[in-house]
Parts: sequence; structure tokens; C-alpha cells
Amino acid sequence: MKKHLKYLTTSLAMSTALGSMALAEDIKIGMVVTLSGPPAALGQQIVDGFQLALDEKDGMLGGQKIELIVEDDELKPDVALLKATSLVERDEVDFVVGTVFSNMLQAIFKPVVQSETFLVSPNAGPSTFAGRNCNPYFFVTSYQNNQNAEISGMIANEEGFESVFTMVPNYQAGRDNIEGFKQTFKGTVTDEVFTPLGHQDFSAELARISTSDADAVFTFMPGGMGVRLVNQFANAGLSENTKFMSVFTTDETTLPGQKDAAVGFLAAGSWAPDLANDANTAFVSAFEAKYGYVPGSYAMQAYDAASLIDSAVAKTGGDLSDKDAVRAALKEADFTSLRGDFSFNNNHYPVQDFHMLNVIKREDGNYQTSFVRTIAEDYPDSFHQDCKM
Amino acid sequence: MSTTLFLILCLNGLQYGMLLFLIAAGLTLVFGVMGFINLAHGVQYMVGAYLVYAYVQLTGSFIVAVFLSLGTALIFGLLLEFFVFRHLYTRSHLDQVLATFGIIIFLNELAKVVFGPATLSVAPPEFLAGSIQLTETLRYPVYRFATIIAGLAVAAVLYFTISYTRIGMLIRAGATSAEMVSALGVNIQRLFMIVFGVGAMLAGFAGVIAAPIFAIEPGMGDNILIVTFVVIIIGGIGSIGGAFIAALLVGLIDTLGRSFATEILSTLFSPSFANQIGPALASMLIYILMAAILVFRPKGLLPAKGVA
Repeated sequence: MKKHLKYLTTSLAMSTALGSMALAEDIKIGMVVTLSGPPAALGQQIVDGFQLALDEKDGMLGGQKIELIVEDDELKPDVALLKATSLVERDEVDFVVGTVFSNMLQAIFKPVVQSETFLVSPNAGPSTFAGRNCNPYFFVTSYQNNQNAEISGMIANEEGFESVFTMVPNYQAGRDNIEGFKQTFKGTVTDEVFTPLGHQDFSAELARISTSDADAVFTFMPGGMGVRLVNQFANAGLSENTKFMSVFTTDETTLPGQKDAAVGFLAAGSWAPDLANDANTAFVSAFEAKYGYVPGSYAMQAYDAASLIDSAVAKTGGDLSDKDAVRAALKEADFTSLRGDFSFNNNHYPVQDFHMLNVIKREDGNYQTSFVRTIAEDYPDSFHQDCKM
Repeated sequence: MSTTLFLILCLNGLQYGMLLFLIAAGLTLVFGVMGFINLAHGVQYMVGAYLVYAYVQLTGSFIVAVFLSLGTALIFGLLLEFFVFRHLYTRSHLDQVLATFGIIIFLNELAKVVFGPATLSVAPPEFLAGSIQLTETLRYPVYRFATIIAGLAVAAVLYFTISYTRIGMLIRAGATSAEMVSALGVNIQRLFMIVFGVGAMLAGFAGVIAAPIFAIEPGMGDNILIVTFVVIIIGGIGSIGGAFIAALLVGLIDTLGRSFATEILSTLFSPSFANQIGPALASMLIYILMAAILVFRPKGLLPAKGVA
């Protein structure tokens, strides 16, 4: 019996060895995004955007077959950590692409970069890893979190708003956005209101806005909060006298719920579906044809993340064992970004243009953000000088 | 802080309180009369919101959708009672919590599968859209006035039914001693089923009228369920009148607290400190009230007679 067992284990060991040999050619990419709960729409955009890039290249990046493993972090740091660790240790992936939310990124950051696996963030861009704690294995294809709010402050200056009412959810990203806005805004901030995360009824806050005499409102209310705020704002009749400026509040993930209530509202961002360049036009029409909804910046950033990996794998000829060579290839960012100009700063966060956007209703009845004008060109984040890389 | 703003906030608090009352009414009856812990009550609220969304898409009319949703919510509640809850009445509270918690998870995921994870919205009906100019700078949405009136109407009907009709008398008697009522030849099983169905319908109705104000999303009932439990504890378990008073109290305290906590604190402390503490304190107020009630009046403000 013992002998039999021995045979069994040997053959098992051999078959697993064979199995991994057969797959040795494939490049493995693990993806950790939020796919459950109300923010699942954001994670879905990232999966779809990345998948579209893969499909367009017949499932290959840089000429190598890709095996994509998608994991749901359930918006729980411990789950994110578990999924990321198993991707790195069990599946031995070559790249980890994630996450949607900054607090999920904080959770998976250490185990991924310590295993010397490249981590590419398609959305989260916390200040934590942009300055002193920047890392040679970490790349961001989206933005640094504070940047959009800083650009909103510039928009307020250019639009001539003298007083602005600010309102954000009471958590780290909310406070970061108010700080970012105040950094560039030259007028007076009449109020700083902090609501609970997942706030339902904005009526009390709206009453304060209407008596504040502010020229405009600046807010950061991602997901369902944004849908509620915008609809209640419009229903209360505030749109006539008060301008609405926001980041991540009126985007392609929330507009299907906001519809006409959001039309004309201002936003800041590095991209809009109608940003005029050939690659982007092709991307938006291919995306809408395949998935039947309007892509948001999340999908765009994921597509760019795939293009970035594509360029790096091609440059190294598919040999990912030389980490320094892979890093150098990634750092070059030698791909056609859907945003036009795109390069990496010393901290591996993007240097890119930022624009003023507004919400429009398209002829086909769908809603999207639309490019108005460029606010800042080649805009770096405010933390890169602290990064020693 | 002007008087008009204060009045607006009171209206808002009233309106939020009405919404809480509609959900709490069903929960307090089911909890108080049947001694049954139904965590899935919040999910009925979500079901109501999704139903009105679906029916508006189908029929194009909000009013028609409201009545269809109410009917469907009632049938849905009865079906849940028949297939699941009926088998749990005699079981321990832990079993009830587990089973109803399972229903929450199942229905939240089902909503996601059927309607997608994105947040949906429903436009209020034409004649209730728009807003009324109250003062020069203040407007108030007509729809919110309508929800206050709807809530008051439901409260009046419930009060009349419980106090002056035969079925109301049976419900009160059933709450005091279910076995005795049963021994007198009343079909207690059917009585429970009616209470449960109506409770589910009221929660569904709350979801229906909340749909145009708040966004519709999977899991939208989970947070409001917690506040609803606070309401029925403050009001007294099993007491409709208590639920009404407590719902208004919680609605007003929550709304006013959120607006004034920071301001009041900033007169006492530095502005940055007040900004840090104010929002946190405002969200805690209703729980502080609940804790105080539990200490000083453990049976609630208006305890129902005969409920242990």
C-alpha cells in the first residue's frame, strides 16, 4: 500500500510538473478589482476595458499568449489581501493589475511588490505611494488621487467662481479631495460639509447650499451617492442659480442613473469618450459595440494598462525574468494612450493633460462626459519630488 | 442660521421620519406581535424600489407602477411567509436571524443579477416634479411634500385599523396571547400571514416612494434596516403609535443634527476640531438617543400593552 502511495505521489508530482511546463510559455496576469456590491460597476468597466484590449490582439500581449485571472476583492481589505497573495504565490502571476479603490491597493501593495511582481493600478492612485514610499515595482495608469480636485480648483478660478460650497463624504479620499481643491482655488470656500459615507438624503445639505449664496458647489460623491445627490440637487431647483462642479460624481458609471439632471454639470478629468484622437474613437465605438454601454475613464485606464503591458512584453521579447529590463520597458510607456500624451514621472505615476469636461446628452439618448477645453498640460502630481527613484 | 432654513430642515426631518415610519410599522408588528426577528424586512424596501423601477419601464406611468408594485410586494411578502418564515416561528431567534440574513444576501445578489450592479433611478411623476418657492432663496420639491402626506395617510389608516376594527382587535389580542386567541377559534396562522403580508407591503411602499428621491441599488435596504430597528426600540416594540413618534423623532434629530452639530461645536471649539468631530457626532446622535431610552425607559416611549 505504501509503495502504491509513493507511485501515486510521484506521478502526481510529475503530472503537475508537466502541466506547468505546458503553460510555461503563457504570461499570467492577475486582476484584483471590486466586482460585488454597489461599486461593482466600476470594477466591471476595468475588466471589460482590459478584456477588449486582449481580444483585439487575439488574446496576446507583446506577441505572447496571456492567461488572465480575475479576482473580486469584495471591497474588503482582508479579501483583497488574500486574493492578491494567492495570485502571487499560487498562480505565480507576472503582473498584478488592481485595484479600483485606494484602500484595497494599500492592502495588496506590500505582498505584491515584495514578491517582485509588477503591480499596475488601473484606477487607484493614492498619495501614499507617490512620494517617499514610491516603489520600483509599482506603476499607475490612471492619475494621482489629488490631481482631479486640484484641476477643479483651477476650473473654478477660470470660470470666475468667487465662492464655492464644498461637500464630500467623511473619509480619507473625501478629505484629500477638499485639500486638493483648496490648494489651487483662489476664491473663498464658504462651507466644508462632511457627510457619512453612503449618505442617502442630501436634503439638509441642499438647504444649506441654497442659503449659502455660493457661486458653485464642489463635490466628490462616487457611485450611488453621486446619483442621489445630483437627482436631489436638480429636483430642489438648485441647478438654476448654483453651478455644479465635481470629480467622480458625474461619470459614465453614474450618468445612466442621473440622466437629464446632470446635463451641463462640470467635471475634471484626463479623458472623455469624445476626446479627439484616432485610437480613442476606435476604442469607444468598439467598446460600445461589444458591451452595449458607454465606457468611462475606468475602462479607458484598464485598456491603457493592457497596452502598457503589451509594449513592455514586446520590448523584452517575452522574457520577463530580467526584472530591470521589464521595468525599463514599462517606464518608457511606449504605447498609444487613449488620452494622447502619456509618460511616467520618476515615481511611475502618469504625467498627462487634464481637461474641463461637461455632461451632455448624445443623439442616441445616452449620456456621457464631453471634452470642453484643456486646463493643464503635462501636469505632474504634487508628491513626485519626494520619491527617490 | 435663518428661521427659514430651520423650517426647511424640519420638513426634511418630517419627510425622512415618514419614510422610516412606513418601514418600521411592518417591522414592529412582525417583531412585537409574532415575536419574530425579520432582518429581511429592509430587503422588502429594496424590492419595492426595484419593482416600481421595473413597472415604470413596462407601463410608462408612475401611478400605475405604484399600484402594481404594492400588489406585487404584498404577494411577494405572502410567498416569503408561506415558504420560509412560517417554518421559523417556533424556532429560536438565532435560527430566524440566520435564515432572514440568508434572504438578504440572496435577494441583494438577485437584484444585481437581474438589474445589474449600477445605480438606477426613477423620475417622479410629472405633476409631482418641480419645486415650490417657499421664500426668495428656498425651494422645496413637491414630491417630498407628497411623501409626507402619503406617510400621514398610512399612519391614520393603520391607527384606525388597529384601534377600531375587528382585525385590529385580533392583532392586539394575538400580541398579548397568541395561544388564547387560537383557543377561541381564531385562525392565528392566517392572522400572522396577513400581518406579515401587510408589513411587507408597507416596506415595499416605502421603497416605492423612496425610489425617485434616493437611488436604487442592490443592498439599499441594509442601512435603513439598522435605523428602523433603532426606531422600533425607541418607540417600543409592537407599538404602532410608538413607531410613529420614534420615527419622527429619529428623522428630525438626524436631519437637524447633521446641519447643526458642526456649528454648535464650532462655537465651543476650534473650527478644524469641530469639522472633525461634528459629522461623526451627528451620525451618532440617534444611537445615543437609543442608548438613553434603553437605560431610562427600556420598554420604549409608548410600549404596547401586553408585550413582554
